[in-house]
Amino acid sequence: MSTAIEEKTVTCIVCPSGCVVRVVLKGGKIAGISGNMCRKGTDYAKTEVINPMRILTTTVRMEDNRLLPVKTERPLPKALIFDAMKELSHVRVKAPVKIGQVVYPNVADTGVNVVATRSWK
Amino acid sequence: MQNRELVIIGGGPAGLSAAVEARKLGIKDVLVIDRESEPGGILKQCIHTGFGLHIFNEELTGPEYAERFIEEAERLGVEIMLDTMVLELTADRRLVAINSREGLVEIKAKTVILAMGCRERTRGAINIPGFRPAGVFTAGTAQRFVNIEGYMPGRKIVILGSGDIGLIMARRLTLEGAEVQCVVEIMPYSNGLIRNVVQCLEDYDIPLLLKHTVVNIHGRKRVEGVTIAEVDDDMKPVMETARFVSCDTLLLSVGLIPENELSRMTNIEIDEVTGGPVVNQRLETSLPGIFACGNVLHVHDLVDYVTQEAVLAARGAALYLASGSKKYEHIPVVTGDNLRYVLPQRINVDAVLEGKVNFFMRSVRPMAKAELFIESEWGVIKSRTLRHVRPSEMISIQVSRDEMIGSEIIKFRLQEEGGRVEHGN
Ligand SMILES: Cc1cc2nc3c(=O)[nH]c(=O)nc-3n(C[C@H](O)[C@H](O)[C@H](O)COP(=O)(O)OP(=O)(O)OC[C@H]3O[C@@H](n4cnc5c(N)ncnc54)[C@H](O)[C@@H]3O)c2cc1C
Ligand code: SF4
Repeated sequence: MSTAIEEKTVTCIVCPSGCVVRVVLKGGKIAGISGNMCRKGTDYAKTEVINPMRILTTTVRMEDNRLLPVKTERPLPKALIFDAMKELSHVRVKAPVKIGQVVYPNVADTGVNVVATRSWK
Repeated sequence: MQNRELVIIGGGPAGLSAAVEARKLGIKDVLVIDRESEPGGILKQCIHTGFGLHIFNEELTGPEYAERFIEEAERLGVEIMLDTMVLELTADRRLVAINSREGLVEIKAKTVILAMGCRERTRGAINIPGFRPAGVFTAGTAQRFVNIEGYMPGRKIVILGSGDIGLIMARRLTLEGAEVQCVVEIMPYSNGLIRNVVQCLEDYDIPLLLKHTVVNIHGRKRVEGVTIAEVDDDMKPVMETARFVSCDTLLLSVGLIPENELSRMTNIEIDEVTGGPVVNQRLETSLPGIFACGNVLHVHDLVDYVTQEAVLAARGAALYLASGSKKYEHIPVVTGDNLRYVLPQRINVDAVLEGKVNFFMRSVRPMAKAELFIESEWGVIKSRTLRHVRPSEMISIQVSRDEMIGSEIIKFRLQEEGGRVEHGN
């Protein structure tokens, strides 16, 4: 096991204060967190350092070539965003579409569905 | 000539929210006119999340937020006339509009709500020298190309201006496979939300160059690159720092201007600071029976405030329809130290709706901590401590009728407290 000490900085976005939080990692484990003005910053910085998650919003093509705006139902690991984009570039959706409808299940094998964010007749 | 109770010009979130509220208040005949082929305004192209946090307590995307109001407007029997451009409005509320089905449409309205939104400042507004090659777009136009029409504006991109639209486009274009070289910002701080700086730039390792600007655009047919340089404290470029950045596209995200051609034509009094009409506590303009809300009134960063204003404008219109025009005595609302503007610009304390007024204002610069003072000729009537004041985030505060009663003037000023902001985000 490596015991290398690593330091990462994370800007907390939970509130407009935008604290710059320093996270010290020892052998991949969190050994210290500083710079945050409140508790929420600790939790935020932890997930940001260990497994940052993001909602992805983008568009997919309809069969008639119109664009359909979509989003992932839940956040997915940031590292998989480009894989998700690649998969979604092949999707073709048939009209009509209802807002909230699943247009692509289990994107990038994350268990997260991609849903329509508008309706199209 | 058609006769109408309420005509709303613009079918974006402002127009739609006003229409929904007007129907709920019992106005039977509500007509919304929009020049586009679908209602929803600018939200149709804002496919990212972040809308509706205040109103729905949810993080909706732009199209989702719009669809809620479109559905409700339809359900409540609002008439929406699309592909129709309003060309003329007179002080006695006659409108001339045009579309390809009916040609010229003439309407006499008892009340009008202006909800035309805003447009982006273009290259002409900031005077960058160089030729005029293809590849220079405003960020909003690029957003429309990518999210609605399905075209990529370019592959190697520099963005000038770090407002939210610029930041969001940096991420969007990166996701679609473009290389965003950098975002260049003349001010020492970003004009966008911290969350957008983090999730749109830092997430994708896109540099944000503060105190920098574009001093030249290269290329004759198509953009081939730009020269960027640092600016000094007077915002003058320091030419020794100039360097060439290769790119095929320059996106401009350098501010929005309320779309008030119609209002000016009608001789509605315009506030030169906000770029929108001067209004009172019901959002009534200087012309009786004509109200304004949303980005046509002043530029908003949050759609929730747009909806809130639209509701107020609709209430104003309903009162006007019920009791006609009254000559109000207004007292002035004065913009004091460290504020750029305060809205509404005048009020009649006796005719305040629901016993309170929501004031909106913007600071002139970021402050870590500040005290907001609201004063009358008698002295301070209210104060509030504010944290993290930023010019890009509107300040909203409610003042009750009781607090203002008997005053001849209401003045707002902001006083910075403690140190300056620690970081430049
Ligand atoms: C490019 C861009 C991106 C934005 N991104 C965000 C964001 O991410 N989050 C956020 O909260 N806010 C964002 N905003 C702010 C946004 O403008 C407001 O949240 C909100 O959409 C403003 O609503 P509105 O109804 O006032 O204007 P708009 O949505 O602009 O609607 C105005 C409507 O009026 C119509 N119109 C104008 N003139 C006429 C005429 N003469 N005749 C007929 N119709 C007319 C237009 O076609 C348009 O449909 C953005 C703004 C812009 C310009
Ligand atoms: S650490 Fe707390 S105070 Fe600082 S930005 Fe995060 S939530 Fe806000």
